[in-house]
Amino acid sequence: MDNKEVIISIKDLTKSFGSLSVLKGIDLEVYKGENVAVLGRSGTGKSVLIKIISGLLKPDSGTVKVLGEEVDKISNTALQKLRLKIGFSFQSSALYDSMTVRQNLEFPLVRNRRNLSKQDVSKAIEEVLNDVGLSQTINQMPSELSGGQRKRIGIARTLILKPEIMLYDEPTSGLDPITSIEINNLILQVQKEYNTTSIIITHDLTCAKHTADKVAMLMDGKFLSQGSFKEVFSTDNESVKTFYDYNFINDK
Amino acid sequence: MKTEPDQSTPPPRIKYLISEKIDGLFLSLYDVHKFIIRFFKEAFAPPYEFKEIINQCYQVGYRSLPLVSLTGFIVGIVFTKQSRPSLSTFGAASWLPSLISIAIIRALAPLVTALIAAGKVGSNMGAELGSMKVTEQIDAMEVSATNPFKFLVTTRILAITFMLPILVLYMGFVGMMGSYLNVHLTEQTSYTAFFKSAFSTISFLDIFSSVFKSAVYGFTIGVAGCYQGYHAENGTQGVGKSANSAVVVSMFLIFIEEMLIVQVINAIR
Repeated sequence: MDNKEVIISIKDLTKSFGSLSVLKGIDLEVYKGENVAVLGRSGTGKSVLIKIISGLLKPDSGTVKVLGEEVDKISNTALQKLRLKIGFSFQSSALYDSMTVRQNLEFPLVRNRRNLSKQDVSKAIEEVLNDVGLSQTINQMPSELSGGQRKRIGIARTLILKPEIMLYDEPTSGLDPITSIEINNLILQVQKEYNTTSIIITHDLTCAKHTADKVAMLMDGKFLSQGSFKEVFSTDNESVKTFYDYNFINDK
Repeated sequence: MKTEPDQSTPPPRIKYLISEKIDGLFLSLYDVHKFIIRFFKEAFAPPYEFKEIINQCYQVGYRSLPLVSLTGFIVGIVFTKQSRPSLSTFGAASWLPSLISIAIIRALAPLVTALIAAGKVGSNMGAELGSMKVTEQIDAMEVSATNPFKFLVTTRILAITFMLPILVLYMGFVGMMGSYLNVHLTEQTSYTAFFKSAFSTISFLDIFSSVFKSAVYGFTIGVAGCYQGYHAENGTQGVGKSANSAVVVSMFLIFIEEMLIVQVINAIR
């Protein structure tokens, strides 16, 4: 694995919504095969960051390069091609609730790989469902699934296109500790088996510690620190310490 | 976004060309115009979503049949019943089938069906797309390199534009059957005599104009419903608002279009 190849490069990125300045000049480099966790309080623009990376939002200034292409400057066709290499797991899972699990997984596949036969499609669906351990849910509706199952199917729907990059938005939010551990293991499994580079947006420090090779702490629109989990949390900064203490139940 | 506003630099005051509301109205109209242009581009560009178009035709057309049947039948009976005394006063009760056919084919069937569709289908489109928007399902389609506009919007607008004329013709038929039932029970008029009299005053232009204007109404309902749903925001409140706006805007536009199309058709006639 070539750890020096930059997959995502962000320089001086800013984004505002009206008078709200959310991102105030962010720099980040994510290398091939690396899992980077972006931590921070709710509303600090963590999700905005990955929406800009996937081209759902446009930055106000700065550059965002994904696999060497500037996402906000490329044509729509080029963006669509780039998106085939990016998997986005939504906080709410965003499963299509009028479709069964099979149809959810089929949806991006049949529209992006039009030459596949019905057997190939079924095989690909079975394969990703096996990978996330939910083969039995194939004919269920999203409303019949638990929160953890929905997250897994959401991840499976992105994996079916074999992405090079995975963007996870709060993968463990709203889940019990045991299911959260399962999701953390799944993130690591995806990194290993699909050879993905990932950004994990979370405020769950256990998730970050378990899954990330690098951690970036977002505070007031800027990265306060970046490095290993230990490096980032070896600090005197009161906000960062509070973050740590709350997650690991350290009484003051 | 709950981030505190940047206190160091006060936000610049927004300058409006006329006023906030009027500028907003023109911006919305421009947005709708772009939405319609995009619809035509997506509708004619491959790949086509035939399966979803057929599914939407089923949802829009077949699922509306019970309501359209009931409404059409009652409109036929009630309109005949209410018109009879006035015509009888002038000794013209025999003109009842002609009057009813003109009223139903030219005006009542297109207008009533369109209003039913605005309420049933338009609100459904606004609510369904609105909830997909606020639960990030549309974003999920977008990031998986598929085209949510083509799959969700184009198919729905095409389906209602195709299906509304069919529903209008069906309602015309059911309305005439309701009228025949009333005439038959009251005046013992035969089926043949009723329909011979009814169709003696109906021209090809009447049927063509009904089909044409119902296609226009269908397109209007589709655009209003999908536009409102596709641009929904602010959670469940936004979904309710987009469903409501879809119905209000469609009905408002249908009445305006009715007035304009009737003027044009009358000028041709």
